[in-house]
Amino acid sequence: MAEASLLDRSRTVAGPGYNRWLIPPAALAIHLAIGQAYAFSVFKKPLGALISGDPAAPAAADWTPTQLGIIFSIAIVLLGLSAAIFGKWLERVGPRKAMLASALCFSGGFFIAALGVHLHNLWIVYFGYGVVGGIGLGIGYISPVSTLIKWFPDRRGVATGMAIMGFGGGAMIASPLSVALMDYFKTSGTGTLGVAATFLTLGVIYLLFMQFGVWTIRVPADDWAPAGYVPSTQQNALITNNNVSADNALKTPQFWLLWVVLLTNVTAGIGVLETASPLVQESFSDAAMGAGRGVTAAAAAGFVGLLSLFNLLGRFFWSSASDKLGRKVTYAIYFGLGIVLYALIPTLGHNVQLALYVVVACVIISMYGGGFATIPAYLSDLFGKYQVGAIHGRLLTAWSTAGILGPLIVNFLHESRKAEGYTGAAAYQTVFYAMAGLLVVGLLANFAVTAVNAKYNEKGPVDAEPGGH
Amino acid sequence: MNQPPVSSTTPETPSSGGAVFLAWAFVGIPLLWGVSQTFIKALDLFK
Repeated sequence: MAEASLLDRSRTVAGPGYNRWLIPPAALAIHLAIGQAYAFSVFKKPLGALISGDPAAPAAADWTPTQLGIIFSIAIVLLGLSAAIFGKWLERVGPRKAMLASALCFSGGFFIAALGVHLHNLWIVYFGYGVVGGIGLGIGYISPVSTLIKWFPDRRGVATGMAIMGFGGGAMIASPLSVALMDYFKTSGTGTLGVAATFLTLGVIYLLFMQFGVWTIRVPADDWAPAGYVPSTQQNALITNNNVSADNALKTPQFWLLWVVLLTNVTAGIGVLETASPLVQESFSDAAMGAGRGVTAAAAAGFVGLLSLFNLLGRFFWSSASDKLGRKVTYAIYFGLGIVLYALIPTLGHNVQLALYVVVACVIISMYGGGFATIPAYLSDLFGKYQVGAIHGRLLTAWSTAGILGPLIVNFLHESRKAEGYTGAAAYQTVFYAMAGLLVVGLLANFAVTAVNAKYNEKGPVDAEPGGH
Repeated sequence: MNQPPVSSTTPETPSSGGAVFLAWAFVGIPLLWGVSQTFIKALDLFK
């Protein structure tokens, strides 16, 4: 057998004494980078004015907001698809090769998109940022998950929460960084309003930044366990010591129940995120608050920023709390409390209670982020560690579906209410009641989750490197 | 597998504390910068 390359799984097995607290930063290096996707909206205005050169006055030949919105949609759909398709490959080759593939695809997507911007060819941008970059997103998102769970069997929620928190934090870095880079390149006279040069620069920055994760990541030896760790002795029927393969997981009702759980939680959260800025401005306008006291566009941007912070904090807080509370109870809180809070939002808007409204929205978004971060640990509890990355990848198709479904529901219901003559907070009333209804479905699905039937378990010890020997 | 088996009770060595600190700083500094920028923006809501 030829000597294994540095990228092979067998070359990433940690030696004795390797400190497991090096693994979360390695995972964060990937998630902080790919989290840039949530900041893509900062490019929408400049991309929509490449011909005219003035974002305030686009030319007829400029790309429209609808055309530009498709870039992000393609990326999110490809995220889900590639996570589902490449999950088993990831489990076979290990996290280092997968992280490198993610880095090459994600940064490569920027390079191709830069060419598309330079040539003013939207199809090249779709292919670059959307397809190639989207594949990088999907592989990168799931690449550290099973490794983290193997290193932290005693704190699965904390470990995956830290990594997935990075996906929320990535946008917070990328947004001001992208704006600063565009300003710099615009004044340097590089053309395309600095967008192409910014794409190239971001591609280089992310390629280098992600290398830290690629070369730091290690998998534990098969028989490694944290000092003093004693595996569960089945006090909790929902935490298994067995293993279910990714293919078998698809045959279980538990997988599809969790698919519904993720779908409903994400769809409802998107309902708030999608509408956050216009929602708070329309609900608390001068007409509602009094002349000169309404929420301005700048304050609404602050509201969106606050939601981003709680999205980030919720990923770590709720996921860590789930280690103590149990995953099923944690999701029951997301849904139970969520139903009450979503149903409360229209009333708070109607009564013009801004402070309480902001608090409620922040709690809702913290649970939206928490839902993302807790799901890998839930999967690991139910299906074991064996192919949890691949199973997680397949479950992320629920995210892609929610990415399409959420905005469709929100826009349809909001437009319908406006057509009926409702304005302000009242125009969003059915949106929030519908989201609360969706959470009822999620609550029932979560309630129905039970231990996986033993017939789906792998027989005998599982190979950590299937097909790799 | 090339590596020798590792004891299931292998302790985590404190000798790599510096490396752990540097690794967390590498990802933590940009993250804190991003969070601070977002926090400053969020303050506009309360003005």
